[in-house]
Amino acid sequence: MKQLSIYFLLLSAFNLNAVNHHVGTGQAYETIHSALAIARSGDTIFIQEGIYAESNLSIDKPLSIIGIGYPILDGQHACEIFTVTASDVTIRGFEIRNSGQLSTLDVAGIKVLSADRVVIEGNRLRDCNFGIYLSNCNDCHVLRNDVQGIIKEEQNSGNGIHLWKCSRALVAENHLTGQRDGIYFEFVTDSEVRYNNSEQNLRYGLHFMFSHNDHYHHNWFHHNGAGVAVMYSRQVQMTENEFGYNWGGSAYGLLLKDISDSHIWKNNFEHNSAGVYMEGASRIILEQNQFRENGWALRVQASCDANVIRQNNFFGNSFDVSTNGSLVLNSFDSNYWDRYEGYDLNRDGVGDVPFRPVSLYAVVVERMPYGLMLMRSFMVYLMDKAEKIIPSLTPEQLMDEKPAMKPLACS
Amino acid sequence: MLRIIKYVLYDILQNRIVIGYTLFLLAVSLGLFNLSGDPTKGVVSLLNVVLIVTPLVSVVFSTIHFYNASEFIELLAAQPIRRSVIVWSEFFGLAAAMKLAVLVGIGIPVAMYAPNATGLTLVIVAAGLSVAFVSIALLASVLTRDKAKGIGVALLLWFYFALLYDALVLFLMFSFADYPLEKAMLAVIALNPIDLARVVVLLQMDISALMGYTGALFREFLGTGWGIGFAVFVLLLWVFVPIGVAVRVFRRKDL
Repeated sequence: MKQLSIYFLLLSAFNLNAVNHHVGTGQAYETIHSALAIARSGDTIFIQEGIYAESNLSIDKPLSIIGIGYPILDGQHACEIFTVTASDVTIRGFEIRNSGQLSTLDVAGIKVLSADRVVIEGNRLRDCNFGIYLSNCNDCHVLRNDVQGIIKEEQNSGNGIHLWKCSRALVAENHLTGQRDGIYFEFVTDSEVRYNNSEQNLRYGLHFMFSHNDHYHHNWFHHNGAGVAVMYSRQVQMTENEFGYNWGGSAYGLLLKDISDSHIWKNNFEHNSAGVYMEGASRIILEQNQFRENGWALRVQASCDANVIRQNNFFGNSFDVSTNGSLVLNSFDSNYWDRYEGYDLNRDGVGDVPFRPVSLYAVVVERMPYGLMLMRSFMVYLMDKAEKIIPSLTPEQLMDEKPAMKPLACS
Repeated sequence: MLRIIKYVLYDILQNRIVIGYTLFLLAVSLGLFNLSGDPTKGVVSLLNVVLIVTPLVSVVFSTIHFYNASEFIELLAAQPIRRSVIVWSEFFGLAAAMKLAVLVGIGIPVAMYAPNATGLTLVIVAAGLSVAFVSIALLASVLTRDKAKGIGVALLLWFYFALLYDALVLFLMFSFADYPLEKAMLAVIALNPIDLARVVVLLQMDISALMGYTGALFREFLGTGWGIGFAVFVLLLWVFVPIGVAVRVFRRKDL
């Protein structure tokens, strides 16, 4: 109680000193730079509607900078717009345009360097190299921003929201499009990514590198160059996301590479060339996901072990599961497969004959990609039927012992 | 020549098999589109029908027709008509009938349910395949005198193109798995009209994305205007080379 009252006192003292500054035509300050020079820690700067050709706004003290009616800050393709180096900064309600682009430095619309508790909320970023860039920050919030890049080549484009070496970040309800990666995490721990919509980015909708103990859920990843990639990470929770229409020669819904102890739950994979591609993945639980009309629903490389794939639904995929080895270290259990043709004599909802999700043709194609030329050939159909009866080339142990007879309810 | 084609066409339309075939195609196409609900899926299912049924019917019907018309052909040969004209007329009559059946039986349902590039490709490919197999059938029937044998050869040819060929390709792929076969596969495809037709339609359906590098290669080659031109050219070869040989053989044949 005593502690609380001290806090209260401190807070009110802080608030008493805080001053509001107004920037705009006919206001106290004409330019943002002049207001920033005068403002003291804890002040709030309100910026009125209008176009401000100001950039290199360096914020080195805790300020709240709030745009009214989306004032436009135009970097004129020359330099960075906001650079935050102080903690407890809030930036809200701007339209930030045309940052520069350098090959030696990652130029961003809003860049935060080594600061904590920064809130970046409700901004629009247009044609910036990097959208929002956080480096070495803790407890930051990036909320409800709309980042739109103009599609360029991958090497000249930046990421929508880029976090490097951060922890306890919250990235929520942002819309990201036309960037290289929608959201990029590197060395980011204990963070949450939720309700974002990342679509039509050049490379990945979401890209995780060396980021542990994170949770991303309820996000939309559609029409990205290569889907979502989670690499070299552990303990990542991926729940209730939508992965769709990531379609192309080397595209995936979700690419898992060297990742372990993670949980993939209740996601929806639709119309991807490969729903989930796993390489070097260990101890991952994949359950209650929907796989619909993907090229491959699951591509499990032989380097994966101890993964559990259970209670998923597979509908209308060209290939359900494919693998490049005969050694089976993963378990398939209680999934629903629309290709299952077994019976259920005791009517307990579980098929009496095991289902082998890897077809002969999938094995052939995995070995010889040009074998896809024979897709939908009647011969291939006959071959698959024969193989179903007497498995010879397909991994015999890779099977679902208890296939469900009816689609599992996943909501 | 036109008059003979007219007689051939009348003769074909009179025996009602072509009409039955048209109705069958119509029923199957409408059924597939209605069953699958999704027009893209309908096209995929229809593709299987097109690849198996249309060549089979074309081959068998053309062979039987040619043998049944042998008396008519002998009569014509007794007239001052060039022999090549007789064969060409038979060919055009049969081709027109088969094409008509396909255009009505598959074209109308596709126009109703899937009026897009894929649907159009499917119809064109189906018509092309029908004509190519009429041509192959005529070659087979010109080469053999006996009706039963002729039908047997025609059926065998169909079996070879529809089934055996793909098995041989698979065998080839396994045997030469260590070599880069992507480009060779393009040539291999062109040697079978059914495979060519299948790949052209599949490329329209964006399945090429699954194929990775091969798909990219194929798409680059067959998916563009040039590629379509190439596919059409090869199909035309499949139409005109067998019938050309058949004309040549028939000219010297002892009737």
